[in-house]
Parts: sequence; C-alpha cells; structure tokens
Amino acid sequence: MLQTKVNRSWENAKQDTAQRMEAASRFIGNGKQVKHEDTVALLEAVIRPYDIVNIEGNNQKQADFLAECLNKVDRGKIHDLHMVQSAVPLKAHLDLFENGIAKKLDFAFGGPQAGRVAEFIRDGKLELGAIHTYLELFGRYFLDLTPKVSLICAYKADRKGNLYTGFNTEDTPTIVEATKFRQGIVIAQVNEIVDELPRVDIPADWIDAVIESPRPFFLEPLFTRDPALVTDTQILLGMMCLKGIYGPYGVKRLNHGIGFLSTAIELMLPTYGEELGLKGKICTHMILNPHPTMIPAIESGWVETIHCFGGELGMDEYVASRPDIFFTGPDGTLRSNRAFAQTAGHYALDMFIGGTLQIDKYGNSSTATANRVAGFGGAPNMGCDAKGRRHVTESWLKCGQELPNREAIQGDMPRGRRLVVQGVETFGEGRAPVFVDKLDAWKLAENANLDLPPVMIYGDDLTHIVTEEGIAYLSRCPDLESRMAAIRGVAGYTEIGLQAKPEETKRLREAGIIMTPEDLGIDRSRANRSLLAAKNMQDLVTWSGGLYNPPARFRNW
Amino acid sequence: MALNQLNFSIENASPTVALGEAFHLGVVGSGDLEMIIESKEQGGAVSFQILSPVTGFDDLWKRVADAFVRESGLGNAHIEINDNNATPAVVMLRLRQALAEATAR
Repeated sequence: MLQTKVNRSWENAKQDTAQRMEAASRFIGNGKQVKHEDTVALLEAVIRPYDIVNIEGNNQKQADFLAECLNKVDRGKIHDLHMVQSAVPLKAHLDLFENGIAKKLDFAFGGPQAGRVAEFIRDGKLELGAIHTYLELFGRYFLDLTPKVSLICAYKADRKGNLYTGFNTEDTPTIVEATKFRQGIVIAQVNEIVDELPRVDIPADWIDAVIESPRPFFLEPLFTRDPALVTDTQILLGMMCLKGIYGPYGVKRLNHGIGFLSTAIELMLPTYGEELGLKGKICTHMILNPHPTMIPAIESGWVETIHCFGGELGMDEYVASRPDIFFTGPDGTLRSNRAFAQTAGHYALDMFIGGTLQIDKYGNSSTATANRVAGFGGAPNMGCDAKGRRHVTESWLKCGQELPNREAIQGDMPRGRRLVVQGVETFGEGRAPVFVDKLDAWKLAENANLDLPPVMIYGDDLTHIVTEEGIAYLSRCPDLESRMAAIRGVAGYTEIGLQAKPEETKRLREAGIIMTPEDLGIDRSRANRSLLAAKNMQDLVTWSGGLYNPPARFRNW
Repeated sequence: MALNQLNFSIENASPTVALGEAFHLGVVGSGDLEMIIESKEQGGAVSFQILSPVTGFDDLWKRVADAFVRESGLGNAHIEINDNNATPAVVMLRLRQALAEATAR
C-alpha cells in the first residue's frame, strides 16, 4: 500500500506570527498598548510583502487611522499586499495602490472610491480579485482569503486589550475570528482606552495590539433620510407597494433598501398602512439598520423585531431604549452584526425592496455605471431567491405558487419564492432613463476587464417592478417574452416603454400581470406629503420622545 | 443659468374637457416645477411653453404632453411650465393635479 505521509512542520503559520510579533515587541506595552506614534513602525514589523491584509472598512465605521498609517510604511519593505475588505470608501484605501504598497483587491463595495477602482484597474495599478457580496467575502475569509494581518476598529479597549465595538460591531467579529484562528495578527484602533468596558465584544486574547487613535474613527450616517425630501411620486409608488404588494402577499419579514421609496413606505405605515388595515399583518420582522424614519412605525406598534447590519449615527439612545425591538446586550446597547443580518437577509426574508439606476429589457438591474467599479454590498444576497431555503412563510409560498406554468417547469413539486421588488421612477436623476436596452454594466465590464457585467439583481430573481405607471408582477409571467412585455408596460416614456403595444398591455392588465394605480383603486390625487407620519427631521425627534439625536447636518430646524 | 424655451402644440380635434379660469400650481424655486394652465381658444389644440434649465429632452416633453392631452381630453388650453429638472413622472402628476384643480373650480 502506497503511503505518502508528508514530512513537514504543522505550525508554520504560528511560528511566522511569533517571529513577526517578536520584531514588534518593542512597540507593545502593557495591555497590548502601542503609542499611536509607533503605529507605522509596528505595521512594518508585522506585515510582509504579498501578505493578505484586511483593513476594517465597513459600510459605516472605518479603521481610518490604521489605513493612513499603512500608507506611510516603507514600500521597499512592504509591497504587493493583497487587500481583502468589505468596502473601500476612503481615499487611503486606494492610495495604497497608488503608493505601490498594495497590488490586489478583493472587496464588496466601492462607494465614493469606485471611480478610482476602475481607473486603477485600467492603468494596471490594481489587480482585481473579484467583486463579492458581503457574505461571499466573509465566507472566503474562512476558505481561501484568510487575512494574515487585520487592522480593525473599536470604540473602546480596556487595560487588558478587550474591545467594545458596541452599536457599530458590524464586521469586526467576522474579521477577527477568521484572522486569529488561523494564527494571524489583529491590530485594533480604538477611540479611547478605559478601565472598564460596557461589555466585551472581542476578547483580549484574540487581539495583538491596541492603539488609541489620535481622533475618533470616521462614521458615516448612510441611512438617515430627511422626510422633508420625500416627493409626491415616491409617495405614489409607496402607496402602490403597500396596497399592491405588502398587503396582498402579507409580507412580514423584510429588508428595505436605502432609497427614498423605502423612506416613504416607512413613513406611511402609521397612516396609509393603518388605513388599509395592515397593522400586524406586514413589516413585523425586519433586517434593517436603525433607520430614523422607522421611528413612527415602531412607536405606533407595527414592529416586533429589527436586527441591524450596522448602527446609525444619532440612533443609539433611541435603540437602547427599545430593547424589545432591537438586539441589545446585557449592557443595554445595540450589537449590530453584518454577517448574521446578511444571513437572515439571504435566507429568511420574505421580501427585499430597493431601487436601482438601470433596469434592462429582461429585468436585470444594476447600479454600475461605465466608469465606476462600485459593487453591490449585500443587495444581491437579499435581492435573490435563495435556493437553499426550506422554511415556509405565507408570502413566500404565495409568490412561489403564482408562476402559471410551474408544473411544466418544475413538475409537481410545490415551491416558494422570495419577493424581490425594484421601485423606480421611469426616469431618474437628470432625466436619465432607468429602463434601458443594455445596462451600462456591459461598458464597465469592458472598461475594467471584468469577466462579467456586474449585475445587482438578475432578471430571473426579480418578481416585481413598481413605477409611476403601475406594478409589473413578473412572478406571474410564464416566459421571458411575457416578462419583457410586462416590463415595457410599466416603463413609461423611455425608449423601452415606447415599444409597449397598447393591446398587449391591456391583456396583461386583464391577466393581473400589470396593475396601474387605478387598477389598484389608488387615487393619485392623494399622493402627497399629508400621508407622511413625519414630515421633517424635527417630527422624527418628537416621535422618539427626544431620544433620537440627528447628526448636525440633519439639524435643519 | 440660461433657460431654454420650448414651444409646441398638441392638436385635439374633439376636446371633451375645457377650462374655466387660469390656474397656477407649484413654485419653481423650492419645488420640481411651476405650472400655469389657462383657457385659450385655438381650434382644439393645447399649446405648451416650457422653460427648462436643461436641453435635449424635447421629444420627451412632447411624449408626455401628448399622452396627457390624449388621456385627459383637454382642448383649447395653454400650459406654461417653468421646469426645475422634474422627471416625466412628476410632470404628469402635476399636469393631472393642475387639471383636476382647474376643472373643479
């Protein structure tokens, strides 16, 4: 019998880390503390060329001080790093590639730096591994993209090196677990070092160094929408969503995207939703950041639970005061967790509703433009039908039963289906048509040498499109041709919409595949701001009993 | 900011809706558009005068105006729109609202 037992050490990673930590030991004091002036030297001691490195760059909180310090290392010593991180929203994240310190990038979301990502790919400064969803990338941290060194971010450390990540825990537990349990090195920047933490989110023995940052980490209020900016058209779309989708399907478990349509719907739950008799029948369980515009619905008793991907500036005190609704710790404050929220988002939601920049004639939608490699964060996980799902809810089952020719395609096996809804005006910013023949994602794929056009939601996962013209119930379309006809029928005066044939649209309305506001019994003249439970930021503060504390730039009264 | 003016008429051989007094809707400075709609005897046609900060959407304006005249049956009217980058959805909504208000008087 052939036996090929390898002769090797099984502790290479551990020994490698020990050597690096030995080189760094002169910078590390009691409680793993490192002076912020020594950060660059610390990074030069623990990072080697070609390492896989994570800088905690989340949707919201940013290890910004560590990102800036990494840009200051000697590129003769450290180069060709392979960066793996959720998001690259900071200038410093891309400066690493300009400065020749990093070479390869695997990520999920580009944000404001998306233009530079595309440019650097074209110029050969950046080698793109892949664009992921958050969950995909987290999965790969535990598979083939495990960081050797992770630079993370927390609110507080204690004098032993335990961390409090609190309200904005977000990605930290995922990054630290992947790194530390493969013998990697974890370095944390914290806003302050204190004697006692409110609670321990990350234990000290998973942390190698703690730096009190010269300034608090950057945090962006990404999910705050001023009710004063909600338009009548968004209110009309919101009325259609509530009466034509939320109500009839009984959608209880869902996520809202960050657009103003979500804002309109959230603010109409206590008014129009109440009038439709939907309280307790919809929106009881949500996967959602702490949207300030949910306050009126929460205060009116609509919601049972909300689990959060991340936090939201100014919402901490309100959230801490509603522990029946939000997931708060023994200390009383929220612990967000992107990995768990996205898991629920992928598997357990009945519906995802969001917006997009473009929808093509087949129903594929993307926010990609020709010159920006932006990625889609978590939207593709929530905006798809998760084939691994097995538990049944009413709306999931109902949506799955709507396909008229399901027996011809699936045989006799009953199936459910996630509702995936795109709500858009037919023309967006600057009157750019939302409905297009071909997505700009194709041009981006060409410009940035991508293997595939980046699509946020594939047409065959999309079940409903809502525009000012009506709702297209794509879940009721037996084939691609009728799906395309339904899309044309709600595409308004765009080139795609002009190809709609009036007789065909009439047939689709009779078949319940297209419903106009009139078909739904919605009076368009009621689509105005009087339906909003809060009309401005101050109303939200009032609803919250003074617990919501909006960021300065939203304090407009 | 230079404004571009667009003038056109949509014929309506058999109007079913006529206007009473002139009606004004919206404020261009703080909103998406301002609209003045008034009665004007011109053989059934509805004339439009559009002032907009953006160009390149002449066909789109005509499509929306045409759809509105066909849908409403309005005739013998003049509509002035001072646009502030309104989308077609908003233009149509405001036209419907203006007509509903104007005919209710």
